[in-house]
Amino acid sequence: MATITLKRNKNSSAAKIATHHDRPFTSPMASAIVTVIAVLWTIPTFGLVVTSFRSKEDIVSNGWWSSFTHLNYTLENFRAVLFQGSSTLGNQGMIPFAINSLAITIPAVVLSVGFGLLAAYALAWVPFRFSDQVFYGLFALQGVPLQLSLLPLLTFFSSGVQIAGHTVIPPLHIVGTFAAVWFPHVMFGLPLVVYLIHNFVSSLPRDLIEAARVDGANHFEIFRRVVFPLSIPAVASIAIFQFLWIWNDLLVALVFAGGTDDVAPLTLHLANLGGSLGSAWENVAPAALFSIIIPLIVFFSLQKYFVRGLLSGSVK
Amino acid sequence: MITWSSLFDTSWPKIAQILIVLALFFGFYGIAFAAGARVRGKAQNKLALVLFLGPAIVLALTGLGIPAIQTFIESFKNADSSQWIGFANYTHAIKDPDTRLAFVNTMLWIVITPVIATSIGLALATMLNKMKREALAKSLIFMPMAISFVGGSLIWNLMYQYQEPNRPQTGLIGQIFMWLHLTPQHVLLWSPWNNFFLMAVYIWGTTGFGMVILSAAIKNIPKEIEEAAQLDGASGFRLFRTITVPMVKTTIIVVLTTAMVGTLKLFDVIHTMTGGNFKTDVLSNRMFDEIFVYLNNGRGSALAVLIFLGVLPITYYNIRSIRAERNH
Repeated sequence: MATITLKRNKNSSAAKIATHHDRPFTSPMASAIVTVIAVLWTIPTFGLVVTSFRSKEDIVSNGWWSSFTHLNYTLENFRAVLFQGSSTLGNQGMIPFAINSLAITIPAVVLSVGFGLLAAYALAWVPFRFSDQVFYGLFALQGVPLQLSLLPLLTFFSSGVQIAGHTVIPPLHIVGTFAAVWFPHVMFGLPLVVYLIHNFVSSLPRDLIEAARVDGANHFEIFRRVVFPLSIPAVASIAIFQFLWIWNDLLVALVFAGGTDDVAPLTLHLANLGGSLGSAWENVAPAALFSIIIPLIVFFSLQKYFVRGLLSGSVK
Repeated sequence: MITWSSLFDTSWPKIAQILIVLALFFGFYGIAFAAGARVRGKAQNKLALVLFLGPAIVLALTGLGIPAIQTFIESFKNADSSQWIGFANYTHAIKDPDTRLAFVNTMLWIVITPVIATSIGLALATMLNKMKREALAKSLIFMPMAISFVGGSLIWNLMYQYQEPNRPQTGLIGQIFMWLHLTPQHVLLWSPWNNFFLMAVYIWGTTGFGMVILSAAIKNIPKEIEEAAQLDGASGFRLFRTITVPMVKTTIIVVLTTAMVGTLKLFDVIHTMTGGNFKTDVLSNRMFDEIFVYLNNGRGSALAVLIFLGVLPITYYNIRSIRAERNH
């Protein structure tokens, strides 16, 4: 009898501590609030998705939530977005702009992460006199808003460098080409990329690097055989970060793509479409959905790495 | 109408450019590494520095360092940079009503959005920690991070669509006004409240960032500390205030300052949703318009410098904290 009571007491107090420990807010309440917020956060995007599948007549006559009572959806809008084009979208549809986005994003990501990894290795493992100063200098450049360099960089691309009437660097003639968008992305991205990768590369065990050095490896071999293979997960997560950043950019494209449709990425084209109030939603909604589909796929399939990349910079 | 053959014709040069850049990059470093592996002694240090660190430094200096100085100089010159005009661009920035409005709005943005986004993020992170199946909710709230602000602006344009009160509403916000027996408003034209409706877009887009980072920090709090506080009788909000917040204070500051810098540079939302009209202009958009619409380099540069000065204290603070950490 006594033992049973004791046991029960013990159980209940253990249970009490456990509940307390796991849930300072009672768990059902926390779950309910989070669920409500998650739903609220999703509704706007969901509205866009639903609108994309509605006919023009339906879209102008009532709200997307009304479509649930008399289901009437169509794929027609996507035909315009992908193939036919329209007076709003232009006669090419959105696919060429998606190709432009890829042509901007892929090289810019590879170059920024590639140069970033190399620089991070040098700052972490190649001893030289001003190593610290260079590190802090690069870090400080993160604090330069890209707004500050738009105009001078554009001028540099279009007219080169003149000192006292002499041409020191001739005009590069790249404005309106992909190169004019790659370079700014790489330049603006590098300080953060170097910093994030440096966080990882410098935390590799010193013994590992020393062991390779004792075996006669020089920096090129250490980088290729030891550091690069070990850095792949960290580099991948930062590459995803850069991918989303560059894919989603508007300002750099607006300034450097030279206003031609041959180079304009999806974001730029979309910003032009959506700019007029009272837009043609049967075109704009599916076009917007189309533009966010690739980053969403990247995000949902690689979320773990993305979060890791995000954390590498801010949580110690 | 686009045909496959025309799509192919316009696309292959673009894809070729991607491949050429990749081939040049990997080709160059392939050769460099093959050659570098043969170099011994002191020379290899120098060669490694030039090939590894050189490009990053050159790119960062041409892209950020030197242009920043040039913009600083430009800000003391007139519209076409032909004459020195002293501080005129700066006094103009203070006196001109439109620019002053952009200032006031930017201030409003900096004070309001980071605080709200971080607070919601912190509340979510705390509650997620008490949830069993958090993954889905977390992904959904985090999702806008993957969506461009242009896409987000369009998503919210749809929410904010305006119709006369006697017509069926097509925007959800208008419908909510109707449900609450209020008169629907054209919220993007409804000054000064339109600023808050624009902020909602930004908060929607950035809350997930704070949530994820703070959530990781909260999970790092040693369980013993929370347990001890609980044995002392702290629970619920008190536990949150006395244990959670102090333990993740540094992370809160990181999230808050990151959000502040982001807000200061805010451009996409304003450019896409209102173009800075209807009294919603902010510094970054104003600066873009000065340079690329009104073609006034001097005024635009002065605004860019002011944005930089706003970011400066935060940069300084960050450098100081990383320095302390590195020396630690």
